[in-house]
Amino acid sequence: MTPFLQIENLSAVIRGTSDRLLRSVSLEVNSGEVCGLVGESGAGKSMIGKAVLGILPAAVEIAEGQVQLDDEDLLAMPQADRRRLIGAKAALIPQDPLTALNPSRRIGPQITDRLIDILGWTRRDAANRAAELLDEVHIDNPQRVLASYPHELSGGMRQRVLIASAFAANPKLVIADEPTTALDVTVQKQILRLIREMQERHGTAMLFVTHDLGVVSKVCQRLTVLFAGKVIEQADVADFYAGPRHGYSKALLAATPKFTEPFTSLMPVDRAVITAVTAEIEAADGAWHHG
Amino acid sequence: MRDGRGTVKRKAGLRLWLSGGWLAIVALLTLLAGWISPHDPLAQDLFAARLPPFWVDGAEPGFLLGTDSLGRDVLSRIIYGGRIALTVAVIAGLATAVIGSVLGLIAGYYRGWADAVISRLVDIWMAFPPVLFAILLIAVLGTGLWSIVIAIIVIDWTRFCRVVRAEAMNQSQMDYVSSAVVAGHVRAAILWREIGPNVLPTIVALLTLEMGIAVIVEAILSFVNLSISTDAPTWGGMIAEGRISIHQAWWVLVCPLIVLFLTVLAFSQFGEGLKDRFDPVLR
Amino acid sequence: MGSGTPMFRVRGLELSLPDFANKPPLGRAPMVDILKGLDFDIEAGSVLGIVGGSGSGKSTLGRTLIRLLEPTAGSIAFEGRDIGHLDEATLRPLRRRLQMIFQDPMSSLNPRRRVGAIIADPLRIHGLDRINARVDEALDHVGLPGSFRARYPHELSGGQRQRVGIARAIAMRPDFILADEIVSGLDVSSQAQVLNLLENLVRELGLTVAFISHDLSVIRRLCSQVLVLNRGTIVEYAPVERIFDAPEAQYTRELLDAIPLPDPDQPGW
Repeated sequence: MTPFLQIENLSAVIRGTSDRLLRSVSLEVNSGEVCGLVGESGAGKSMIGKAVLGILPAAVEIAEGQVQLDDEDLLAMPQADRRRLIGAKAALIPQDPLTALNPSRRIGPQITDRLIDILGWTRRDAANRAAELLDEVHIDNPQRVLASYPHELSGGMRQRVLIASAFAANPKLVIADEPTTALDVTVQKQILRLIREMQERHGTAMLFVTHDLGVVSKVCQRLTVLFAGKVIEQADVADFYAGPRHGYSKALLAATPKFTEPFTSLMPVDRAVITAVTAEIEAADGAWHHG
Repeated sequence: MRDGRGTVKRKAGLRLWLSGGWLAIVALLTLLAGWISPHDPLAQDLFAARLPPFWVDGAEPGFLLGTDSLGRDVLSRIIYGGRIALTVAVIAGLATAVIGSVLGLIAGYYRGWADAVISRLVDIWMAFPPVLFAILLIAVLGTGLWSIVIAIIVIDWTRFCRVVRAEAMNQSQMDYVSSAVVAGHVRAAILWREIGPNVLPTIVALLTLEMGIAVIVEAILSFVNLSISTDAPTWGGMIAEGRISIHQAWWVLVCPLIVLFLTVLAFSQFGEGLKDRFDPVLR
Repeated sequence: MGSGTPMFRVRGLELSLPDFANKPPLGRAPMVDILKGLDFDIEAGSVLGIVGGSGSGKSTLGRTLIRLLEPTAGSIAFEGRDIGHLDEATLRPLRRRLQMIFQDPMSSLNPRRRVGAIIADPLRIHGLDRINARVDEALDHVGLPGSFRARYPHELSGGQRQRVGIARAIAMRPDFILADEIVSGLDVSSQAQVLNLLENLVRELGLTVAFISHDLSVIRRLCSQVLVLNRGTIVEYAPVERIFDAPEAQYTRELLDAIPLPDPDQPGW
């Protein structure tokens, strides 16, 4: 079976230059599988999700590579077809639940808009579906929430609404871009459980972008570690936490806080590791520029 | 976003140079009007009336932009009119900026009763229709350069006050203001050293915009003959006179109109450019 | 420091703020209680962790301790003297001794000033001598080269900015530092570096620190006492080992269980 999302040799550059933000990235996500995308800020982890959804910033362009969604080459098709395909099959759970919702509109229409405008549902069907979805994400009293404005809800509640909204049109692929970074730990736990529950129930393929190796171990089956836009390591979660292969992954794991081990010092990612991984990438870059 | 910043910078540079260049030319011409202007702006010569500008057939050398229906040189009148326009722009602009900004900073940073008083005053002030207010003021003060300047200050200080107050409130929330308190600064010092520099780009942008507005207000008031004495050349006055003879001598209307338009545009673009230049992140 | 007197003795601390979101069209905004009667001490030379979720009042508590905010009721005794209601002028000499490191180094460093000026400025206000030497020393303490003096905050990485924030605080040779979520905006690699740095500075300079965090996992190595805050009340206040090994309050247990460890087999998930 071919993977539902297959990214091959994808490179993105700053428009008009040869400065690469993504360096020949290849990865795949199967239906029913959650794939973690881990890296520090500037690693390009969000860029990959944006490239798939076609929402890259204007200053970034794709230099080479393929993005196959359900066996169709996204980058080869006309813009309009691509939007339609993505609208029907993919969805995003964004990072910041406050800015992702329009503050001056009620929750209800913000969920149903897409069902009515893009999928052509009737208003009543869409409204019923929205209530059903809120129930699915364990919101008590969906009708009251549908009639609320975003500022009337807590951060965790807003993120639930966004998850409901992402799953509204039964997408086959969901990209979660740091969905719990803005939340408290206790709320984060509930939301992570909810995301996993929804993903399992719908059998969705999911790309889960995060900087937190702790979070990855809770929701993902496989993970990809990125540094400076380059894939450093790809592994099954169980293997990875038993012992990462690459030096940078080891350092990253050692720097992740673990309160269970009292008074051990967190190991900072030291300069030697960064220098080594940077040299590795520059060597690969040389090959790319001459190739 | 290295290249993104680059683009912004290039644009800001070009904008700044073009608008600044135009303003410099206008300022220079008006400052040196006595030496530069080819004719006396008031000298009438009915035998040389309605001469067209140099690129039209029948033009007379020495009258680059032609003459009006009384035979006065259009170029000389534009230069002398610029003198009045720029004087009003600079004096009225600076005075409104200073008064409005000081009140706005006090209201936005100190809050409390000072804010309550200033904000109420602004609310009440802004409820008056500005044009009516201006005409009323001129009626009380009498026509003349200073009346126009005073009218603009009295009406437009609220524009600065409101924006600067909001910006100062915004900046007061920033942690570097808290850190200045932790450092032990007195409040006036925080206002001056931490908030002031961060509000300054906004003030500069508003100031140049205000100068443009002052030019327009002066033109409007001269257009309705409420400006300086009727025979002194002003852009608004020229436009009003040119309107009458539009079919025989369109240049009398169009030339000052273009200069007015370019000057007001240059002011606002100059402000935007300066604002970017002031921003250390974009610089 | 005389034995027996803690550096801070806080009793019955309350703070209410007007709630403008629920202000009726006419009349005054209702008051919301942010801190509801807190009692605790901070011993000189110790590191107190203040933990809680958003809305727990932990940042408000921190800012009240160093008197960026004025309490509504209760007392804050600093070295035996109640500073709860001192006016700004009386507080000013104390400011040098009570410093703060902020969560967001970008917004706490004035974007229009260079690093050197940012660090030197507070020294100048308090009339300290050898300002240049002190700035160099502070930069050296946080592991930044002297050439950074000429840079603007936006030219630095997140970790470097936070080091500048720390340098500014320690340059004053304070007795007490409030660290408000200072690593939550940083990548894990710089997070560990900043935590290590702070730990060393506490030891070297004999600092007393209140370390505010929503994340219990970064608290363990740094703090000796932990205060767990929920909705403006203290739910648990105990030595750090007790909090982690035998938490008493239900809320503390929930906080601990919710931390995602880098381990696929963590119980409770």
